[in-house]
Amino acid sequence: MNLILGIETSCDETAAALYCPRDGLLAHAVFSQVAEHAPYGGVVPELASRDHVRKLTPLVRRVAAESGVALSDLDGVGWTRGPGLPGALMVGAAFGRTLAWGLGIPSVGVHHMEAHLLAPMLEPDPPEPPFVALLVSGGHTMLVQVAAFGRYRVLGESVDDAAGEAFDKTARLLGLDYPGGPAVARLAAEGRPSAVTLPRPMTTKPGLDFSFSGLKTAVLHAVQESDGGPGSRADIAHEFQEAVVDTLVIKSRRALDRTGCRRLIVAGGVGANARLRERLTEEAAERGFTVHYPRLELCTDNAAMVAYTGYRRLAAGFRDDMDFSVRPRWQLSELAPPVV
Amino acid sequence: MSAVHRRSLADAAATEALGAALAGGMASGVVHLVGDLGAGKTTLVRGLLRALGHEGAVRSPTYTLVEPYDAGGRRIYHVDLYRLGDPEELAFIGLDDLFAPGVLTLLEWPQRGAGVLPRPDLEVTLEYVGGARRAEVCGITPAGAAAVAKISSCET
Repeated sequence: MNLILGIETSCDETAAALYCPRDGLLAHAVFSQVAEHAPYGGVVPELASRDHVRKLTPLVRRVAAESGVALSDLDGVGWTRGPGLPGALMVGAAFGRTLAWGLGIPSVGVHHMEAHLLAPMLEPDPPEPPFVALLVSGGHTMLVQVAAFGRYRVLGESVDDAAGEAFDKTARLLGLDYPGGPAVARLAAEGRPSAVTLPRPMTTKPGLDFSFSGLKTAVLHAVQESDGGPGSRADIAHEFQEAVVDTLVIKSRRALDRTGCRRLIVAGGVGANARLRERLTEEAAERGFTVHYPRLELCTDNAAMVAYTGYRRLAAGFRDDMDFSVRPRWQLSELAPPVV
Repeated sequence: MSAVHRRSLADAAATEALGAALAGGMASGVVHLVGDLGAGKTTLVRGLLRALGHEGAVRSPTYTLVEPYDAGGRRIYHVDLYRLGDPEELAFIGLDDLFAPGVLTLLEWPQRGAGVLPRPDLEVTLEYVGGARRAEVCGITPAGAAAVAKISSCET
């Protein structure tokens, strides 16, 4: 098992990557980023965002060319089985399973969230389990206890909107661009502390679940009650960011206390928020735990994490049979742990 | 009989009650939910699902585009097309499933699918103006008009 192809098509992004257990990550490419930063032959940048069919083959060719390998050198294929959009998942499934069948090599359908949890293992100095992972993105807000490879417990998750989605919707309410995270953070830097007050949802209850829908409504009310000027918009952005960060910090601390873990992994696009990092770093120093942030390109949806997870699953003996299927609603709790 | 029903929504509970009335009025078909951010679209869907016995979380479909539910013996799709760049993308998210017979589909931001989406049975418009929320429920097809009649009759 020397060379594994990873394929990710679960939602918006089309991505491909090659992983080698000896040399690490050889290459990975995400279509939207490739299209923005380095146009190349065969790929038309303005393809619809979920048109995985036309994007996947050129991407796979690209990572193979970058790594200097031929597809006939592959030893295995990992592809995202779920959760995600059924039609989008089917593209990666059909491609991955067919390629593996044609080459006479094994393949395995990978859980997208397990892949996010294992992404830090691709870093030069990987954090060893056990740890607690805070996954915060446009689509997810969850705290997961990672006891070992394949052994996960969801400690809490959002019951309505994800944290990243709250950033995006607040940006819209404040008249800022999509995606809203960076725009809200920039405006927040100009705001005054405590000029307005917003709730810290579900922090007074003992659980580890999140809710950000009420915060969005509170922002709407604050915007409508304000004079609408740049100063008050900055104040609202500031308080909104503080409310989200407070909530994430309080729940992460609680998850570490409850599990006895001393390591926190922060993954997902919201993990790039500078204020969140600043607060977590302070908190870690004060309370004696460590915080790890995988590089941002491995935090957002990518195929490197799918290739790595595919490798781990294949090495543990997991295999697709010919009757493969996608699982759009696959829960992390339904994932089979490896037999030790 | 007019196929339009209007009511004011004093609070989130009133929005959920309208969702419950909708659950009683429409067993299957397509409902468009029109309204700006924070108007109460997802709250209405939560009320509908609760009325049908769904006890779990009602997550925003903004990122996933589609959240499916099985509740009250029905298949229900809660769809949010806000992030759709082009109506043609609907083909990639499984248009046929969403509008299959016997399914109840609740669709936010239908404007993004203009030209590709089938005609809805019912259109619910939610507004939030001057601190007050109000709803207008408009029957488009005969099934939708019948639903409006039922919904008006269960106003509290």
